[in-house]
Amino acid sequence: MKTAVNVEKITVAYKKTPVLQDVTFSIPEGQLVGIIGPNGAGKSTLLKSILQLVPKTAGDVSIKGKTVQQQRKLIGYVPQRGDVDWDFPTNALDVVLMGRYGHIGWFKRPKKKDKEHALSCLDKVGMKAYADRQISQLSGGQQQRVFLARALAQDASIYFMDEPFAGVDAATERAIIALLNELKKQGKTVLVVHHDLQTAEEYFDWLLLLNKHLIASGPVSKTFTTDLLQKTYGGKLAFLSSS
Amino acid sequence: MSYDMWIILTGALVGAACGIIGTFLVLRKMAMIADAISHTVLLGIVGAFLVSQTLEGPFMLIGAVITGLLTTFFIQVLDSSGVQTDAAIGVVFTALFSVGVILVSLFARNVHLDVDHVLMGDITFIPFHTIEWNGMTLGPKAFWLIAVVLVIDIVFITVMYKELKITSFDPAMAFALGLPVTALHYLFMSMVSITTVASFDSVGAILVVAMLIVPPSTAYLLTDRLLFMILYSAAIGAASAVIGYYIAQWLNVSIAGSMASTTGILFLLAFLFAPQHGIIAKRLARRLSVTES
Repeated sequence: MKTAVNVEKITVAYKKTPVLQDVTFSIPEGQLVGIIGPNGAGKSTLLKSILQLVPKTAGDVSIKGKTVQQQRKLIGYVPQRGDVDWDFPTNALDVVLMGRYGHIGWFKRPKKKDKEHALSCLDKVGMKAYADRQISQLSGGQQQRVFLARALAQDASIYFMDEPFAGVDAATERAIIALLNELKKQGKTVLVVHHDLQTAEEYFDWLLLLNKHLIASGPVSKTFTTDLLQKTYGGKLAFLSSS
Repeated sequence: MSYDMWIILTGALVGAACGIIGTFLVLRKMAMIADAISHTVLLGIVGAFLVSQTLEGPFMLIGAVITGLLTTFFIQVLDSSGVQTDAAIGVVFTALFSVGVILVSLFARNVHLDVDHVLMGDITFIPFHTIEWNGMTLGPKAFWLIAVVLVIDIVFITVMYKELKITSFDPAMAFALGLPVTALHYLFMSMVSITTVASFDSVGAILVVAMLIVPPSTAYLLTDRLLFMILYSAAIGAASAVIGYYIAQWLNVSIAGSMASTTGILFLLAFLFAPQHGIIAKRLARRLSVTES
């Protein structure tokens, strides 16, 4: 199997406090990857450092054998919903169109076919009817789906999603799962920062267990073990496994 | 054209240019950085004067761009090395501005450049400083300066519309797409700087902030579309200048002060009566939803 993402000894520090230390792993193509770990484990930081959104103290990243800079067009990114201002004066379709900007190129306007593509992406997440809706008037789950539609519009082959399941309703959760499986069917690789241990085993093929250090990286069958989870979550796991 | 007409036209162009650029300042939550730049460009103007010994437009614009970029850069440096953002703005702003004030009082005493003028502007005297070409009087320098800058602003926003939009809404995504977010930020701050300096002569450093921030904030209450926000903001800025001029004539008060106050009055009207986001509309909507349920 070809390698989609290769991460070599990433270290990230925030004001001298290390957030991630010596993280090394590689992910084969076509996997749904869950990045799992307790609060403050550096899950979002890992995504952001791979995409160069936060500076690394050390380490190397390659995407399908080349640098991130060379592969920007292959990368789709879904930030945390709280990272942007939803009162921005724009509508759902416009946000999805932003996913096309990398393809449209400098100075040019989105064309009719870009709009049609964006609309079909909204349709895939069940949000076509809301295309003209001002984004502040959408519910949290709907906003998340708009973000996913935007990532789809990028036509990427590797997706990085930061907590897409955080605070969404059941319908949105199902929509996201359906979408992840659809992406997988198309041979795409998806890395998802995920909070909920209960669903991790069911949703993903591959897990990255993270707590500042990498605890484990591998297929769910090998990594979703009491032993490794205990190591990742420390004492906090006790009540999780008993529930 | 009459003196009055030149003053009104210049004011209207200042309002439009500031309204356009200010829209992105407000959306990027950078209102206070605009305040800083509107003061620190004083240093740029004095610097340009010391180098070129003139107060000609092009030199002033270059000086403004340099200090605007320095201001942005220093704030960024302090901010990223752990100083709180608002404190960083306060430190850089007062440091550069005070150097500007000292330089003005040291070297530039004998020219048409004094601290009062820079702070308050002097739109009344604009018609007396004209541009001559082949013996013809083409109109006030201040008018042409802001006219050129307005055209630059419009071209900039038109060409970079989608880049500005995404870097304002979601800079992380823009970066992930490979856009040079930082370079765009500095380019935008250059536009803010030249717009500020071109508005200086008319409204001064303090009131230019009103023209940069208040009309866009008013427009923000009136629409949910970015393009309309820019257009409304430009129109509101220009209208404030014109209305403000006539109020000043009527009450015999400072023209610049009156223009800035008008932006405030228009904002208050929108704040109260805007169809969707106004206080009254919101109250009504709440009452309706209560009675329905």
